[in-house]
Amino acid sequence: MLRLPPFDFRAPRRLAEAAAILAGEGDGARVVAGGTDLWPNMKRRHQHATTVVSLMGIPELAAVDDGGGELRLGATATLAQVAASDAVRRRYPALACAVRSISSPPLRNMGTLGGNLCLDTRCTYYNQTEPWRRAIDFCMKEAGTVCWVAPSSPRCWAHAASDAAPMLCALGARVLLRAHDGERVVPLEELYRDDGIDYLNKRREEILCAVLLPAEAAVEHCAGSFWKLRRRGAIDFAVVSAAAAAWFDAGGAVERLRLVLGAVASRPLRVVAAEELLAGRRLDEEAVAEAARLARKAATPMDNTDFQAQWRGLMVERYAAAALRQAAGLEPGIRPPHHPL
Amino acid sequence: MKLVGTPFRRVDGRAKVTGQTRFADDLTPPRTCFVRLVRSTLPHARIRAIDLEPARRMPGVLAVLTGDDLPIPFGILPVSEDEHALARGKVRYVGEPVVAVAALTEEQADEATRAVRVDYEPLATIASAEEAIATPEPRIHDYGAGGNVHKRVSLEFGDLEAGFAEADVILEDDCFFDGNTHLPIEQHAALAVPEDEGRVTLYSSTQTPHYVHRALAKVLQLPPARIRVVACPNGGGFGGKSDVFGHEIVVARLALELGRPVKITLTREEVFYCHRGRHPVRMHLKTGFRKDGSITAQHLKTLLDGGAYGSYGVASTFYTGALQTVTYNLPRYRFDGLRAFTNKPPCGPKRGHGTPQPRFAFEVHLDKAAHALGLDPAALRLRHLAPAEAVTANWLKLGTVGLGRCIEAVVEGSGWRRRYGKLPYGRGLGLACGAYLCGAGLPIYWNHMPQSGVQILLDRGGGVAVYCGQTEIGQGSDSVLAAIVAEVLGIGLEDVRLCVADTGLTPVDLGSYSSRVTLMAGNAALQAAERARAILAEAAGERLGRDPQSLVFAGGRVFDAAEPEHGLTFAQAVIEAETRNGTLATTGSYVPPRAPGRYKGAGVGPSPTYSYSAAVLEVEVDPATGLYEVLHVWIAHDVGRSINPTLVLGQVEGSVYMGLGEAMMEEQAFRRLPRRLSPALVHKMPSVLEYKSPTFRDMPEITTYLIEDPDPRGPLGAKEVGQGPLLPIPPALANAIFDAVGARIDQVPIHPHMILRALAAQAKGEEPRCGPRAFPAVDFGPTLRVPTPEEGGDGRALGEDRGGTMSRPASGRPAVRHG
Repeated sequence: MLRLPPFDFRAPRRLAEAAAILAGEGDGARVVAGGTDLWPNMKRRHQHATTVVSLMGIPELAAVDDGGGELRLGATATLAQVAASDAVRRRYPALACAVRSISSPPLRNMGTLGGNLCLDTRCTYYNQTEPWRRAIDFCMKEAGTVCWVAPSSPRCWAHAASDAAPMLCALGARVLLRAHDGERVVPLEELYRDDGIDYLNKRREEILCAVLLPAEAAVEHCAGSFWKLRRRGAIDFAVVSAAAAAWFDAGGAVERLRLVLGAVASRPLRVVAAEELLAGRRLDEEAVAEAARLARKAATPMDNTDFQAQWRGLMVERYAAAALRQAAGLEPGIRPPHHPL
Repeated sequence: MKLVGTPFRRVDGRAKVTGQTRFADDLTPPRTCFVRLVRSTLPHARIRAIDLEPARRMPGVLAVLTGDDLPIPFGILPVSEDEHALARGKVRYVGEPVVAVAALTEEQADEATRAVRVDYEPLATIASAEEAIATPEPRIHDYGAGGNVHKRVSLEFGDLEAGFAEADVILEDDCFFDGNTHLPIEQHAALAVPEDEGRVTLYSSTQTPHYVHRALAKVLQLPPARIRVVACPNGGGFGGKSDVFGHEIVVARLALELGRPVKITLTREEVFYCHRGRHPVRMHLKTGFRKDGSITAQHLKTLLDGGAYGSYGVASTFYTGALQTVTYNLPRYRFDGLRAFTNKPPCGPKRGHGTPQPRFAFEVHLDKAAHALGLDPAALRLRHLAPAEAVTANWLKLGTVGLGRCIEAVVEGSGWRRRYGKLPYGRGLGLACGAYLCGAGLPIYWNHMPQSGVQILLDRGGGVAVYCGQTEIGQGSDSVLAAIVAEVLGIGLEDVRLCVADTGLTPVDLGSYSSRVTLMAGNAALQAAERARAILAEAAGERLGRDPQSLVFAGGRVFDAAEPEHGLTFAQAVIEAETRNGTLATTGSYVPPRAPGRYKGAGVGPSPTYSYSAAVLEVEVDPATGLYEVLHVWIAHDVGRSINPTLVLGQVEGSVYMGLGEAMMEEQAFRRLPRRLSPALVHKMPSVLEYKSPTFRDMPEITTYLIEDPDPRGPLGAKEVGQGPLLPIPPALANAIFDAVGARIDQVPIHPHMILRALAAQAKGEEPRCGPRAFPAVDFGPTLRVPTPEEGGDGRALGEDRGGTMSRPASGRPAVRHG
């Protein structure tokens, strides 16, 4: 089997201790939670660490707190726990749906919400073993100079792979980041950068501690929906996903709406043009179709994951439309994917 | 029969589900050391130099080998012994083994491989069969049929032009079947253990221990008697473990050198590089039909992308043409085939070996013919079935033909007559058939010895030990062997002990390939068991004062048929026989009947008999996305007789699963980087996450019908089931998609964008189709013309000497004739 390289493993019991280790160890230190992303990446030697700090021994990071207002989801709550959580299922069913669609049950039992939000960007030129990457002389994202997806491009086109992120961005979630020298709360959306290499606006020593879901995004105020396209419903990453959250006024027109795409950019991609188009309008067929076209225009599906890239572009339109239709209570217009919605 | 035909529990079932089965990777004797391989990072290059010194100095390293340490070539077919255990002088694909490092731990071996530096001089690469025929230089190999062509075949059976002249309609089709790999759950592993007196035992996950034995003797230059090869139970094979692999030779050599056990377990990525999977094949099919759907003549052209080495490729090439004739009346037939070398992992035999590709072409073609002629696709096929016991235009002798009953079963089960062509837009039914070998008629190296042998030892306690070289790869062959012996001797499965797949202890069986084991090892077991029963009956008859002919063996007793209470226990019968005859052992062996074809190339295709399958598949297509879901598969398989219907069902369902994978998503795909920037040509996704194979959530409901019409050539009437049921699935999917939305997808796998492309063409008033347009210009070499049986031929080609395939060509290498 592929073997892990040697490294120091630390398992602090307290958050302050974890923050101190990260501050002290420098660039070689990394955080691990469920390990479903980091361990395979380290085995393939495209992520490296001299010290790995596990967060799983810190009880406060795993808690789910529902005071009825803002919902606080601990970063090391497993994806299975989040999907099964009463508060999530009752108040944010679209999030439960998105989280249930992540990978497979064994990986949801290990993988955490925070880990999913910090998931490394993916690319079929990158998620390969070291000998394979040597055969292409590596790539810009790690040890090389060229982005093989677009060789004349000055940037890396690895794509965002989280399913929780687009949905949480649509719902207006914020995240709590903490380091040895303080903490901050930022909108989740601002955590991401459209760059396949530096994809997080986060200092290395900052620990993502919790996700905060606003009360206004709960189901009684907000219609959420999540549509995910992938080859196999049992396990695969998204090749296109669309998350919508809509707030309607008393007359049934859109008061506010967020539409966020997954897997078609290096970050969860908000389709601002579509949001602006829909503000104040009724979500009828015509409005949906127009907005979906704008979604397709905003997306840049590349040939770095499963399925033909051009076809994925069309699917952005179809899946964005389905997410908007569902938020509006209309028929989705495409055959539902295999996973439960 | 008491046992045969009942759904008994497989003999290795409890061990498998409780984790007791010991696969090759489960074996780690004391002092085992571990090997990792350095593999080529270039697709085609000369090796200028290899610097091993840094690796030798790494912690725990015991030995380092290169190709020069194992200079003798090998290959599964005597006509293409073109492989070295480790590359010599040149590498031909990314992933080819170049250096082996043995160390005390796997981690140390792994780290040491990173210290090996290989200096390469890149050569121009060839990425496809089309490119290979257009690019004779640089040559990937310095043998073959010129340039980068490995093999050319051109055979014409009967007067083709006369046949086309008789046709009312002539259809021509171009299509493509992409390559895919076996994806066994178990990754290949091998352990070599040095024994006394310079001997070595290799435990390996191989389907062909006998051929591995021969190759080890050749490459290691050791007398075969000093080498023992044990095939551990395979965690799936599907043809991917039928070749001899360099890593097996490497660990045997290192065990002898180091005097300690040496083991290797491949990573999943390395299994993708071992490959030997389905050849990507371009096809052109031209068929003449009369108005009633009968075929007047057919011309098939195939172009195979063979990858970097020979493997079974010469046989694969013939197989892309050989079995077109066994399903429907096909009076005149021409087959042109060409296999090219490319800089990719070698292709070889995968479930259905060379036949699913042309079967896809043929069955889609027939669906189109039915539409063109205004006939029902099922009726067209039923009307023109190949008759049982016939000799085909290409001189294959058929056995029983259950195809008609197969078609009837799935037509009935699926409500075909009521629903085909009448479902709402987006939903459709597709029908297709197939046929497969029940064992290749000839061994892969020329000999007249049995292809399977069984020895039975009778213990005076009533136990029966069965020795046979056959290999359990998950298909249930151990259970078949035990059940046949238990049935004949009237004892329980618990009284039978098996010793299998061990070249040091068991009679030769050629291996688990070409769907040969039930028929061949089964017949050998039957013969050995019947001989044992005769000895026991003689002794028991004498003791009981009864005619041995009147004795029945059942329920662990030997008794008079007329007076069941008058008898002996089985153990008493053994004691009586051993007292009279001494130690009791019998043997049985099997040699297939000689096929009637005598022309050069007639060795590929013959089989003692053929299995048949038919399937109807129901699909729902979303015209907005091109995404589709297979809702139901009805499949019928002519198995002759089920030895164990549960295992037969398992094989049918497994074949449906694998066929769906190939039809829907699986691709052994490659990436070539822009050539001005990089020489790279790499496997696109050598991982189980990114190589898409269906999971059980993607599986439809399957309704299986077992068609039982015992074939006297099979043991107790049994035919094969391991491979044949895969064949109808890909064309049935394409045909169902046509019924659903009117789009013809003439290639597999069928991706949703292809359906949308065809629908877009339809919307523009163009042909609603997605697939290749024209077949490339290919020189298939001189055509061998063979008169058909109908034309009064004698099985030989015109102008061919009377020696036929029995003669050895001047080169001294035997002609090809194996499976």
